[in-house]
Amino acid sequence: MLDKKLRAMIDKVADGRMDRRAFIQRMAAVGLAAPLANQILALGGVAMAEGPSTYKPTKRGGGGALKLLWWQGPTLLNPHFATGTKDQDGSRLFYEPLACWDPDGNMKLVLAAEIPSIQNGGLAADGKSVTWKLKPGVKWHDGKPFTADDVVFNWEYAKDPATSALTIATYRDITVEKVDDLTVRIVFNKPTPFWADAFVGAPNAIIPKHLFADYKGAKSREAPNNLSPVGTGPYKFIEFKPGDLVRGELNPDYHMPNRPYFDTLEMKGGGDAVSAARAVIQTGEYDFGYNIQVEDDVLLRLEKGGKGKAIYAVGGDTEFIALNFTDPNVEVDGERSSMKTKHPLFSDPAVRKALSLLVDREAVKKVIYGRAGRTTANFLNGPEKFVSKNNTWEFSIEKASKMLDDAGWKPSADGIREKDGKKLKLLYQTSINGPRQKTQAIVKQACQKAGIDVELKSVVASVFFSSDVGNPDIYPKFYADMEMFQIPMTQPDPAQHMRRYISANVATKENKWQGQNYPRYVNKEYDATIEAAEGEMDPIKRAALYIKANDILIGDTVFIPVQHRLKVEAAANNLVCIISGWANETDNLFDWYREA
Amino acid sequence: MSQYVLRRILIAIPSLLGISVVLFVVLALAPGDPFSELATNPNVPADVAASLRAKFGLDDPIYLRYLHWISAMAHGDWGFSFVSRMNVDQLILQRLPATLYVVGSAQILALLIAIPVGVFAATKPYSLFDQIANTLAFVGFSLPTFFTGILFILIFSVTLDWLPLVYTTDVKGTGIHWVLEMIRQAIMPVAVLGLFQAASMTRFVRSAMLDVIRLDYVTTARAKGLGQAKVIVKHVMRNAMIPVVTLIALQMPAVFGGAIVTEQIFRIPGIGSLLISSILANDTPVVMAVTFVFACLVVLFNLIADVLYGWLDPRISLR
Repeated sequence: MLDKKLRAMIDKVADGRMDRRAFIQRMAAVGLAAPLANQILALGGVAMAEGPSTYKPTKRGGGGALKLLWWQGPTLLNPHFATGTKDQDGSRLFYEPLACWDPDGNMKLVLAAEIPSIQNGGLAADGKSVTWKLKPGVKWHDGKPFTADDVVFNWEYAKDPATSALTIATYRDITVEKVDDLTVRIVFNKPTPFWADAFVGAPNAIIPKHLFADYKGAKSREAPNNLSPVGTGPYKFIEFKPGDLVRGELNPDYHMPNRPYFDTLEMKGGGDAVSAARAVIQTGEYDFGYNIQVEDDVLLRLEKGGKGKAIYAVGGDTEFIALNFTDPNVEVDGERSSMKTKHPLFSDPAVRKALSLLVDREAVKKVIYGRAGRTTANFLNGPEKFVSKNNTWEFSIEKASKMLDDAGWKPSADGIREKDGKKLKLLYQTSINGPRQKTQAIVKQACQKAGIDVELKSVVASVFFSSDVGNPDIYPKFYADMEMFQIPMTQPDPAQHMRRYISANVATKENKWQGQNYPRYVNKEYDATIEAAEGEMDPIKRAALYIKANDILIGDTVFIPVQHRLKVEAAANNLVCIISGWANETDNLFDWYREA
Repeated sequence: MSQYVLRRILIAIPSLLGISVVLFVVLALAPGDPFSELATNPNVPADVAASLRAKFGLDDPIYLRYLHWISAMAHGDWGFSFVSRMNVDQLILQRLPATLYVVGSAQILALLIAIPVGVFAATKPYSLFDQIANTLAFVGFSLPTFFTGILFILIFSVTLDWLPLVYTTDVKGTGIHWVLEMIRQAIMPVAVLGLFQAASMTRFVRSAMLDVIRLDYVTTARAKGLGQAKVIVKHVMRNAMIPVVTLIALQMPAVFGGAIVTEQIFRIPGIGSLLISSILANDTPVVMAVTFVFACLVVLFNLIADVLYGWLDPRISLR
């Protein structure tokens, strides 16, 4: 029924009988919010619109210096080699993608002239290709014109395994062809409902063909421009010292009117988050500090100084506890947590459900994350159109105890519950990080009261998240009963995120633990839901499928969501900075300015 | 003399090789890899990270990796950083000036404080001046630099707003303005490091002086009718300086090695902060290069100290 109403509404928008804003409001009312609403309109035959621009300055330049503080400074300036967001942030100062994401998850044009839609012929109805029109008259910083050849070259460059580009996964399964000098077509090998991955957002910014053509493949590391970018962006490159400093100056030929506002730009690296917050919020030496993972108490205290404030951006990052469906303590064919085993305690759904009742999300928010967190019952927390309204969460030691009692887990002499000689003793691991250790303590305390003995373990982050298969403590091996971390959502779309947990992706010794389904969760219904979603071109049905997938994960207690985390940044009071929870901090930098 | 130096250099080669083996093995055995940041990025599948590991040779056996490294090093190829894909020597040279400036100034400050204070305290042991100097020295080396660093920041940057909290690599302006700004931003880190060094060095100079000042030849010199100043400077200090020179020589490599904690607190782009960020990122080629250069410097400055002994005390012969 929702489906029919929606179609009617889309038609109204198409005929101009309903305006776009009203449509988005109606969508929000039924629980499908802005970012999706736009893609729904795009696929429903109404062109996707850009979000409203709030940019006020009426002339280029004159804004003085913009001083950014990145407590982990960029170590290289080629977006294809970026190992982390810090490198993407640094590259994005000079390089640009075709489009980027605004705070609501709307697409914003950068190097593209229009957003592809079914009307303008940009989107194929079968979802197998997308055609981008490029902005005419765009010049690289060295004066050479930007054309379709540059776009095609980026695809050839990144998909070549010898280049060792980290963007290879985005480009290896697509074909990019030049239609004319200002038009490129991306062809997918299967229907792709989320077509805005390649060439979109800071990770997929475009590098110039004329400077990198000789350095494709094995010679990629030798390109002199890896360290001195020549892009199309609002700022021209001056200087780069890895890990320490990036400097740029206004690009007088920038292709957007009245932009950029600032005359020079400096990105300083190094130090730690707390002192970065201090330098922005308290002493005002810098205008903006990124990723301020600092306790809320400290931020509130610094804000009393009055020179800056903490700002928040909502994305889809969820801190969660994953439960192991296999037995981490039994070795089968030299492999622990083997698919041939079943978890001795978690195979009883009551135990998993009881654990979920023992995670006090409100306390975690209050004590640890403060303004930077939201409590949630869902694994998938954004974009809003994909967020399920069907789940609730609760913290109740009594209910958990009763549930365990009913399931036959009775307290033994030492207070720990047991059943059939199996004691409720769990190993709970995470990476070393202040908030995580505090969360562990909160969960452990509640479990103790309910008669579950929890042993805590914390692993250095560089080991926990490493790809070193020789190490037993990496998270995909999951040699514990529960593990807690978050997987950042880097796009306003859940496809990559939810695909991880299909049965075919189980992490095993055979695939060198490269499978991304580390809870080793196997459910045919889930697999079918994801498969259906990936081929579904109707955005409404697709969103419904992802909501269903989320509900399956929550219903089976594969994950216990701990907190929906927001991005925290520090900014000077007079700086108008556009920060999106769906993009890198510098993705919307061309729209930043200072208020008088 | 030259034969002595040559022999010492030849002896140094096997010890440096030994050091390099130990460093390399320890680093290779350390867990983690430079691609850990990729593991949680859903855009980068695990097989991409795995193929990068293979490409950078991280899956080869340790002895093979060591042989590759040592043969490249012998050709002057320091390798490249995994995280910035830049040549290691370039990366280190970029960081050296800041470290030399800040840590070097701190050492000079320490010497300028320690030698006069130590000497003066030793000439009048247990006087009021000596007592005060001793107390301050104890306070000085009991307070770790991370503590005094943050204390200085709170007092001079946050409360008084006199000095900048963040060290700027490229100070704007030219001429005298540039010089003043460079000095202004270095005051806090130099003071933190210099006072810490000065504290222990003062104690050292004082005790070295006390050992010598009681010897008979000093009394003889005084009996000859030489003035106090001449006795202290020409007769006592020269002999008392031998252990002090050893101490200074052993601290010289630290001038190049940077000060990890202080550089991190003040965001000084020096070798110390390069080392710590490389260790955290498991960027083995950089860590290996920095620590190995450090080892070479220790060996070199030991040699220089030995040569200096001969000059300070001609009775010590170098054979």
